[in-house]
Amino acid sequence: MTELSLRLAVSLAQIAAVMGVVMLTVMILTLAERKVLGWMQDRMGPMEVGPYGILQPIADGLKLFFKEDIVPAGANKFMFSLAPILAMVPALIGFAVIPFGPSNKFELFGITVEPFVISDINIGILYILAFASIGAYGIILGGWASNSKYSLLGGLRSAAQVISYELNVGLAIVGVLILAGSLSLVKITEAQSGGFWHWYVFALPAPQIFAFVVYVISAVAETNRVPFDLPEAESELVAGFFTEYSGMRFAFFFIAEYANMVLVSCVAAAMFLGGWNAPYPGTILEHVGLGQFAWAENIAWFTVKAYLFLFLFFWLRATLPRLRYDQLMKFGWKVMLPIALGNIVVTSIAVYLFPR
Amino acid sequence: MSGIELLLEYLTKYFPILLFIFVALAFGVVTLLISYLVQPKYPEPEKLSAYECGSEPFSDARMPFPVRYYIFAMLFVIFDIEVIFLYPWAVVFNDINKVSIIGLVEMLVFIALFLVAYVYAWRKGALEWD
Repeated sequence: MTELSLRLAVSLAQIAAVMGVVMLTVMILTLAERKVLGWMQDRMGPMEVGPYGILQPIADGLKLFFKEDIVPAGANKFMFSLAPILAMVPALIGFAVIPFGPSNKFELFGITVEPFVISDINIGILYILAFASIGAYGIILGGWASNSKYSLLGGLRSAAQVISYELNVGLAIVGVLILAGSLSLVKITEAQSGGFWHWYVFALPAPQIFAFVVYVISAVAETNRVPFDLPEAESELVAGFFTEYSGMRFAFFFIAEYANMVLVSCVAAAMFLGGWNAPYPGTILEHVGLGQFAWAENIAWFTVKAYLFLFLFFWLRATLPRLRYDQLMKFGWKVMLPIALGNIVVTSIAVYLFPR
Repeated sequence: MSGIELLLEYLTKYFPILLFIFVALAFGVVTLLISYLVQPKYPEPEKLSAYECGSEPFSDARMPFPVRYYIFAMLFVIFDIEVIFLYPWAVVFNDINKVSIIGLVEMLVFIALFLVAYVYAWRKGALEWD
């Protein structure tokens, strides 16, 4: 019984830490996005709240927390309240299987603790894909329940877009699965240790560079970001599926979008760029005799890789115009899908010719 | 490993995930509840009407929409299931004892069948959006 309660306490502490980090990252991102966009357009970005505007996310959060939640007339009230939670929860719980650092297992009062991953299940990536699909329910439900034409159109568009690009994500990662021989993100990351030439985006015998490009583009489309932000195209659909949302429910859709961005960045880092592995063999701290702190260096590398992708999201937003909807669907089904499928065939033949 | 031990291992692996789902749900519900208690509530008919560029909404929003969306959803279901069939094969294919020409050819045949469906959908115009 004590073992069970101890396990419960450890898991709760890990969950609290991960959720705290994700929420903090979302807060940083909302500010970073406006700052980066500002700098790219030769502006300063938010400057009023706190020094250099760094307290802006807190001001935004407080404002939304104390705002009135408007339920439009004719809306389905239960569905309307359920949708933001249904959109946010899948985006958060995907982090349960992401390895943030090396698996330094240690014993604590008789139970084994893996400090940097909440649970290393052997179907890790499948679990993330499965819950990412549930997020689409939140979007389409929110769009339908609002009883507004813009919301309905935005929700439909979003659902069709998310499922189309979900298929490409699923196909793009098959190449990595062939090389790694596992669905567990912990094992996939560990298999890429020993320098950047072991990362699956470069690794012989089958560099996954095409799969990587397909994955990144599909990830941008799946998170409804520019240039694929058709569901919330403000010039034609006002705000898409969350036109009628206000206050904390609006904030939840916002958190869901940014948490999804963080999640796809973490998955991209773990599957293609070696996760917490440094681009050189081992770690510097190990070489200078501080091996017990090597995990700090590993976590730093993971953070750098994840933020690299997040910066890419902002960079794209500052650079590219929005696609038309027919172009978006055509690109997903007629360009990305054949490339991803071809990558599987090439990878499997290469692995057959040069087995591990 | 006996059945009971295997079950116990699964429980210890999946228990944190179940807990995480519960914590995330609780976070959502509790935050909405507290926000509901502290926020002002001044509903007015004007404020509650659906947004339609400032004019009165002139019909119910839940009207028929293009059947295109259904076609893409059905294509997604079909192709996604085929992709899921690729996963178990991908996981065992690179195993040193299992790399074999049979495994490769079988999967190439499967991908060829996938391509037949894909080309059929393309030729029928199911992938067009207009």
